[in-house]
Amino acid sequence: MSILIDRNTRVMTQGITGKTGQFHTQTSRAYANGRSCFVAGVNPKKPGENFEGIPIFGTVKEARAQTGANVSVIYVPPPFAAAAIDEAVDAQLDLVICITEGIPVRDMIQTRYRMKGKKTLLVGPNCPGVITPDEIKIGIMPGHIHKKGPIGVVSRSGTLTYEAVGQLTELGLGQSSCVGIGGDPVNGLKHIDVLRMFNDDPRTEAVIMVGEIGGSDEETAARWVKDNMKKPVVGFIAGITAPPGKRMGHAGAIVSGGKGTAQEKLAVMEECGIKVTRNPAEMGRTLKSVLK
Amino acid sequence: MKIHEYQGKEIFRKFGLPTPRGFPAFSVDEAVDAAKKLGGKVWVVKAQIHAGGRGKGGGVKVAKSIDEVRSLSKKILGMQLKTHQTGPEGQKVRRLLIEEGADIKKELYVGMVVDRGTQQVVLMASSEGGMDIEEVAAKTPEKIHKVYIDPVQGLSDADADEVALAIGIPPQSVAQGRAIFKGLYKCFHETDASLAEINPLILAGNHQVIALDAKLNFDDNALFRHPDIVAMRDLDEEDPLEIEASKYELNYISLDGNIACMVNGAGLAMATMDTIKLFGGAPANFLDVGGSATAERVTAAFKIMLSNRKVKAILVNIFGGIMKCDTIASGVVAAAREVKLSVPLVVRMKGTNEDLGKKILKDSGLPIISADNMAQAGKKVVAAVAAKQRKPVAPKKPKKAKNKAKKK
Repeated sequence: MSILIDRNTRVMTQGITGKTGQFHTQTSRAYANGRSCFVAGVNPKKPGENFEGIPIFGTVKEARAQTGANVSVIYVPPPFAAAAIDEAVDAQLDLVICITEGIPVRDMIQTRYRMKGKKTLLVGPNCPGVITPDEIKIGIMPGHIHKKGPIGVVSRSGTLTYEAVGQLTELGLGQSSCVGIGGDPVNGLKHIDVLRMFNDDPRTEAVIMVGEIGGSDEETAARWVKDNMKKPVVGFIAGITAPPGKRMGHAGAIVSGGKGTAQEKLAVMEECGIKVTRNPAEMGRTLKSVLK
Repeated sequence: MKIHEYQGKEIFRKFGLPTPRGFPAFSVDEAVDAAKKLGGKVWVVKAQIHAGGRGKGGGVKVAKSIDEVRSLSKKILGMQLKTHQTGPEGQKVRRLLIEEGADIKKELYVGMVVDRGTQQVVLMASSEGGMDIEEVAAKTPEKIHKVYIDPVQGLSDADADEVALAIGIPPQSVAQGRAIFKGLYKCFHETDASLAEINPLILAGNHQVIALDAKLNFDDNALFRHPDIVAMRDLDEEDPLEIEASKYELNYISLDGNIACMVNGAGLAMATMDTIKLFGGAPANFLDVGGSATAERVTAAFKIMLSNRKVKAILVNIFGGIMKCDTIASGVVAAAREVKLSVPLVVRMKGTNEDLGKKILKDSGLPIISADNMAQAGKKVVAAVAAKQRKPVAPKKPKKAKNKAKKK
């Protein structure tokens, strides 16, 4: 078991013909069962063509109808990425993973509003993607640092997630699934949603939650953990040294109006029984310390 | 992106929001001309800088004669205006806004931001205008009224009227308040704003409701569809190092410490800064080199970091995923040679082609201090700065060699 994706997932790539889409489709396809998982590409201008044998369709609906793909990954450039999400939602896919960084917030507000009441789940945008080690990788993370095992990983950032995964793997702790939810202020799945899934996943035994400054998603998730989570959770929040009012790279990583500080998040997480570390080099060991 | 108050008011007027009449001025003569053009007996001379708190810092003054407009303009133009948002050095005033005086009966507050929880735009309004709204929110949260705006329907008349009454706009002026709130939302939406604030929104003597101030910030990711707003950018208000960095697609933010750091990825960059702090150091900057750093970009990053004179050491922390460690290592070696590096450099590399990267650093013959993990990197760079500060007169090169020797 795992969450969101496994060896039976069938994926289409929206934006498969761009440089980024091509490169990451290649690396994802080369990982584990990738060859049978990545079954379609979408480009409205190039239907009937193919990318290294993967057929390209003009629309998401057609790609779904022809190949049975139920998940899409998006590498479409920012001005058109929200519309690409809309198309996947309209085609009733189960899951959309949007890698694209730099989508205007206004577009995402409209897209999230249209998604209300629809079945499609969204991961991202501005995220590394999702991986279930040894089964399937959808996104831009380096596959080789992962190892199959019982630890769930959920994070708002890219390389900091790899850092956490790398530490776990070095300690011999494999991962059930790793989910990068992205660094934008308006996004799809949040920490709380992914924690719920890990809670219900029989193969996940403990979860590491990596957050950063800005917003209050970590606090909301922590309060949920206190009341509902059956498995140990450990956490780290990046940005203790970030000055207020300055956007630290990610559009969502900003302390504003005195809210969203790392200290505040860490305090709430600790109150809710989450073991936190203030040393990012200790994420793996902190998790190991809570395992039975 | 931020703009000046006078530019914000120009945009407001396009959306039908009432503002005092006024003209920007770049010199004392222009200020005097502006006052003459406006006529009347009272003028306000307002310093135009991007930071808030200008009034308290002495950047907003009332003039009761043309001579006074002249003397106040002379005083404010060119001053280093210090506010709680500028930092201790203050910000140099290069532009003024000369406005007609307003008859203020009551000061109100209205603002809009994106609420992340509901994923909607939220309108916030309060009867307590003119003050720091964060203080109002903390001390008297019941005085802040919020409306979450439906992304499709927009702000409804009923919601707008309710808020207007709640913050003390009298019944005969509610229609004006409604028009202002609706216009402000239209402005926020159509310009891709990330923050819109009128503080204060005033009730004038003749029951008029007027935007006495205008603060607009815009979503950087949406600027591609607003060339008119991009044209309002004032580079004088931005950190020159941050401007230089953006030319190379580097994400750089100056901070107060003395340990520069270069990292790939925003989250890891923040975590690296935190590590420096954890071991007693202070980061000099945030710098995300992104996912596709070339030798050219790494060199540019080094130059930018080192142009901050406070920097006493550099920490490079790379988690090679798509980006390979050997590529970064070659870039670091080339950069260190080109800038004739004179401060200790600690490098931590992990991930794809890690061993190859480490070998390139070692074979370069440069006095690079290598670290195996983030904690070790943090400790080593803090120690390197401490060693440097203990012997400030020692020549640079032997000192670096000593650090290296100590490590082995």
